[in-house]
Amino acid sequence: MSMKVAIRQVDGITILDLSGRITLGEGSITLRDSVRDVLAKGSKKILLNLAQITYIDSSGIGELVSAFTSVKNAGGELKLLNLTQKVHDLLQITKLYTVFDIWDNEASAITAFA
Amino acid sequence: MPASRCPLPDSTTSRVSLTLGSTIESVDTVERTAEDFALRAGFDPDTVPNIVMAVREAAINAVLHGNAYNPDKRITASFETSSDGLTVRICDQGAGFDPCCLPDPLAPQNLLRGSGRGIFLIRAFMDEVHFRQLHPGTELTLIKHRAPANPVA
Repeated sequence: MSMKVAIRQVDGITILDLSGRITLGEGSITLRDSVRDVLAKGSKKILLNLAQITYIDSSGIGELVSAFTSVKNAGGELKLLNLTQKVHDLLQITKLYTVFDIWDNEASAITAFA
Repeated sequence: MPASRCPLPDSTTSRVSLTLGSTIESVDTVERTAEDFALRAGFDPDTVPNIVMAVREAAINAVLHGNAYNPDKRITASFETSSDGLTVRICDQGAGFDPCCLPDPLAPQNLLRGSGRGIFLIRAFMDEVHFRQLHPGTELTLIKHRAPANPVA
């Protein structure tokens, strides 16, 4: 299953609802292009909802990191929402859990944006 | 259409070897075969995904970093179950590399790198990881042991 992205706006926050696999190739490219597109359209507050992500590999983890730095370098903020247990565990062992701002409640995540 | 699984030759065979092109589709084939063998070896539901991820990362290294997607180069993947557990060997035909020279992905200066976590994840999820230079190419051996059935207290 390839990755799919649905984009919505809530209170000025751009939420990307991701589903499927973020892996080397199509999944990673789709994530990269999606973040690049919303940045190009002026969105600076981006929330990645990972609730429906079924699998992520090292390439996908790298793409999350690249998205984080791209948004930060553009003067914006990127947060993560609704990690699955597997993604949570991977971010823990790679020490990225402390790098990302991670939320498990959408309303709380939205209000946390500056 | 559902993805096809690499068929195991029969119910008693505990070893298979695949020779594949340097493509992402090959990585997916290796991943599915790893899942088949990890399940066949009797690993628990929490361990199987970790084995599958480690094997996928090894296949990615072979295709991407070893063979650099070169259509003239192949990867081989062999899977073997035994009473001790599961052994997977992934070989490429690339230039080879020194695993000792890999940057530590947990070092503060490397945390925000977009790559470089594959070997780390392999080591995190497998019990033994061995590298062997083939001149040309690299062989990566991944071993996962079964937990003792009746561990001594």
